Amino acid sequence: MAASYRISGAGRFSHAKVAKFSFDGKPYAGIEGDTLASALLANGVHLAGRSFKYHRPRGILSAGAEEPNALVEIRRDAARRTPNVRATVQELYDGLEAASQNRWPSLSFDVGAVNDLASPLFSAGFYYKTFMWPKAAWKSLYEPKIRAAAGLGVAPDQPDPDHYAARFAHCEVLVLGGGAAGLAAALAAAETGVRVIVADEQADFGGALRFEAGARIDGQDGWAWAQGVVAKLKAMDNVRVLNRTTAFGYYAQNFIGLVERVSDHLAAPGRDVPRERLWQVRAKKVVIATGAIERHMVFADNDRPGVMLASAARTYLNHYGVAVGRNVGIYTANDSAYAAALDLKKAGVTVAAIVDLRDNPSGQLVDQARAANIEIHDGRAVVRVGGKLRVNSMTVQKRTGGGERTLPVDALLMSAGWTPSVHLFSQSRGKVAFNDEVKRFLPGTYAQDCVSAGACNGTDGLAASVDEAYAAGAKAAKEAGGKAAKSAKPKVEASEGWSRGMLGAAPGAGPGTTVKAFVDFQNDVTAKDIRQAVHEGMRSIEHVKRFTTNGMATDQGKTSNMHGLAIAAEELGKPIPQVGLTTFRAPYTPVTFGSIANHARGALFDPTRRTTTHGWAEKNGAVFEDVGQWKRAWYFPKAGEDMHAAVNRECVTVRKTAGLFDASTLGKIEVVGPDAATFMELMYTNPWQKLAPGRCRYGLMLREDGFIYDDGVVGRLAEDRFHVTTTTGGAARVMNQMEDYLQTEFPHLKVWLTSISEQWAVIAVQGPNSRKIIEPLVEGIDLSDEAFPHMSVREGKICGVPTRLFRMSFSGERGFEVNVPADYGEAVWEALWAEGQKHGACAYGTETMHVLRAEKGYIIVGQDTDGTVTVNDAGIDWAIGKKKADFVGMRGMMRPDLVAPGRKQLVGLKTKDPNVVLEEGAQIVADPNQPIPMKMIGHVTSSYWSENCGRSIALGLVAGGREKMGQTLYVPMPDRVIEVEVSGAVFFDEKGERLNG
Amino acid sequence: MLLIHCPYCEEERPELEFRNAGEAHVVRSANMAGESDEDFEKFFFIRSNPKGIIYERWRHIHGCARFFNAVRDTVTDKFVMTYKAGEPKPKKLPGVAK
Repeated sequence: MAASYRISGAGRFSHAKVAKFSFDGKPYAGIEGDTLASALLANGVHLAGRSFKYHRPRGILSAGAEEPNALVEIRRDAARRTPNVRATVQELYDGLEAASQNRWPSLSFDVGAVNDLASPLFSAGFYYKTFMWPKAAWKSLYEPKIRAAAGLGVAPDQPDPDHYAARFAHCEVLVLGGGAAGLAAALAAAETGVRVIVADEQADFGGALRFEAGARIDGQDGWAWAQGVVAKLKAMDNVRVLNRTTAFGYYAQNFIGLVERVSDHLAAPGRDVPRERLWQVRAKKVVIATGAIERHMVFADNDRPGVMLASAARTYLNHYGVAVGRNVGIYTANDSAYAAALDLKKAGVTVAAIVDLRDNPSGQLVDQARAANIEIHDGRAVVRVGGKLRVNSMTVQKRTGGGERTLPVDALLMSAGWTPSVHLFSQSRGKVAFNDEVKRFLPGTYAQDCVSAGACNGTDGLAASVDEAYAAGAKAAKEAGGKAAKSAKPKVEASEGWSRGMLGAAPGAGPGTTVKAFVDFQNDVTAKDIRQAVHEGMRSIEHVKRFTTNGMATDQGKTSNMHGLAIAAEELGKPIPQVGLTTFRAPYTPVTFGSIANHARGALFDPTRRTTTHGWAEKNGAVFEDVGQWKRAWYFPKAGEDMHAAVNRECVTVRKTAGLFDASTLGKIEVVGPDAATFMELMYTNPWQKLAPGRCRYGLMLREDGFIYDDGVVGRLAEDRFHVTTTTGGAARVMNQMEDYLQTEFPHLKVWLTSISEQWAVIAVQGPNSRKIIEPLVEGIDLSDEAFPHMSVREGKICGVPTRLFRMSFSGERGFEVNVPADYGEAVWEALWAEGQKHGACAYGTETMHVLRAEKGYIIVGQDTDGTVTVNDAGIDWAIGKKKADFVGMRGMMRPDLVAPGRKQLVGLKTKDPNVVLEEGAQIVADPNQPIPMKMIGHVTSSYWSENCGRSIALGLVAGGREKMGQTLYVPMPDRVIEVEVSGAVFFDEKGERLNG
Repeated sequence: MLLIHCPYCEEERPELEFRNAGEAHVVRSANMAGESDEDFEKFFFIRSNPKGIIYERWRHIHGCARFFNAVRDTVTDKFVMTYKAGEPKPKKLPGVAK
């Protein structure tokens, strides 16, 4: 058992229960309230992972969301394996199982570390330059190998068994960040009575008060004050307090994405709680109080385990009661690390020395350190460290060079200064401005109704931050309609504060050196890499970023961006603002796919639409196919039948006697009004004015560009009323096109459009015996051929319920389409089925429907047409009203290219061997012996075995096809070439006599 | 997600309820048959695609289902104003410098 680094009496969880956990299979003990990182450190474990490119051993850098190194996999079971979890934010629970990543065979001995020795090969831009040749090897050899060797963690290979929740929320004031500033802003806003939401990514509110031991507010310790404010806010009805909640994205018009981690911290989350909850918040005002992130120092081997941020060491001590070492060194360029040294010393940890890059540092903290007898080496730098799996010494040299001195340490705490977290401000499209005096980017021009307060706004010191944030919260609430607030402004009595620091590489990582001084730990980017990028011609910081990958991956450069920028600027000889800052994009920290996909998966991904006869079809053995959102009966196999046998039987039965088919999925639109016929003339190519009420016509709709858009049979019920049908897939877009023209181009027409697709169930009864089947059930309609010829529509009753009865056919047989109110669809189907049984009729599905229509050469829009097919290409010019002055697509279809010779035309294709069925989509060529790539002159659009014809049949689009009647063309397939003869598109009953047969 | 003011419903509704319908004020000729190839090309294919202020059509498809016009800044994504279909292009835009 490793010696415990838990300091008795320190930290805020001293009475907490023990939580057992394992890391790489080895058991450890921590306490409830720990993060995985603090628990590992309490056990003396710094080595947490291997780096991305060089496989260098890495430790724990930070104590928060910015962590670039300590990425682990958390496993609950085989399906619940989350890679790339930051150990610094994963809360410990009893039984937690964690594993390091990116190493083989073990974390302490990793074969991939050979990359570190070979690192001159892997410098910036290496992938782009080395693997250029031979070109073909990139896809097959280089890329898979590189991807296997690099990368961060392994994605789970099983479906996510957890569930995720989602909420929309609205508020007057949304406060992002729950440190001292955020809490002050929330308090001020809440007191005015407006709706307030305050969110913080940590388990507990308090932000930097976690480590700022000296803070005192309203007469209490800073941390205790924060918990008191949270309790007060939680008790208010107008406030929603969200902990463990990250604001990951700031979108237009104050729309903020938050993700709340509901149960990742629980040992045994019940099935009744979601894993995460996605909040989509619309706020009138947003107060951004996201604080600042400490930067590391850039020097040789600054990535060794045990080298970490000073504020992190302070957090581990003051919050978790854990010392990060027994003999620590400090390397800093600002005052804040002195506070860490003082806290550690007070807790009994030896402070080897403070190495301060500044000459003659002064101030309260420096004086305190001197008074505490801590050695201070000013004007000096740590030029390298010793140790590999754990730092064991630091080597100090004067900033200007000279003699070196090596001090043993078991941890090295560093601070180069603080970077305001402007990520969310920048995501809101606000423009940052560089403050040259303090060398940092701060919120400049605002693009949305938000305000920054506290450290993220460059405000130094607790007192000033709280004042600023309280005022910001009060102002935002007032502007959003809040009442005048009671005055209860928090009073900060003791405060820490510092600014300044340094950007870029420290001495010892200077120009020309070959040392590995890391700028970006997660991407293994060194100071040298940034310089090299500039030398190789990258000028924009965006190019430098892409060439070196600085600031990419899961931490998005939270610690590295400013250093990288400063080094590039120095190398370019330009001031920082001229080099610019890379754009901040959502998400702030990684967001699970689960929380984004949320409920929209499995059965809830997309609605499933079922027709009224779905249950009957299921009972009768139907096999279904998906047609858009619809489930449609595909075929109805009898015992022992495969699809082929079932479809053959259905096809023959329909033509011999009759068949029943559920056509309810067809789109249906009622076009009503005194100008209905005029409107129909504009929407469809066909003439409608003279169509008599009670008659039907095939309608063809184009887009304005002249290509076929949709088709369907239209019945005129009355002078002012059309019952329009559309394709199944086209229903919504046809309705949209009609509404568009009616509302915006022809608003003077008195027409009303109503979607009636779901109001009417449609049962097609097709075949020579179809009339005999419906006759006994129909009332009030004369079904004789004289009174009710092909392409007619009547209103009457069937089975005692209202019907719109169409005499029409998509099979080429005498046929009817029985429209009944959807509620009666199943009952009428049952009645028709019972009648049908008397005549040996069958139920048939979409496959038979397709075969029957193809036997007749009836096109299906979207199968035989593809958005580039004109009326003439499809061979249905007869559908155009020649005398019309205007219709949608009339001008478009006269465009030169659309009337040019040689266009692909729809023709029939008969295989020379009648038993061979072509593949739909197969290409057609004139000469099969030409070299590859051959000249394609067309393709097969529809192809089936036709039992009724005793041979295969096909439709295809062929260039100049109608002039090639009788010619032989070829369909090259991987294993053979199929010979086909170009034919007419009608394969069965060419004269159409059976429509009345 | 944008908030869009529907000029028919007279309130702001979330973008989820709307669908963009392309550039506005593209006039369909009353004499389509007589349009030259060049004029038809302009009418059907050529769009302004500006950086900045765009006049475009939206449909409140999951609301009142009406088409309307909007003025939006393509750089900031901000809606300057919305107005009913058929109304002329606004001469003055609130809050937009000339």
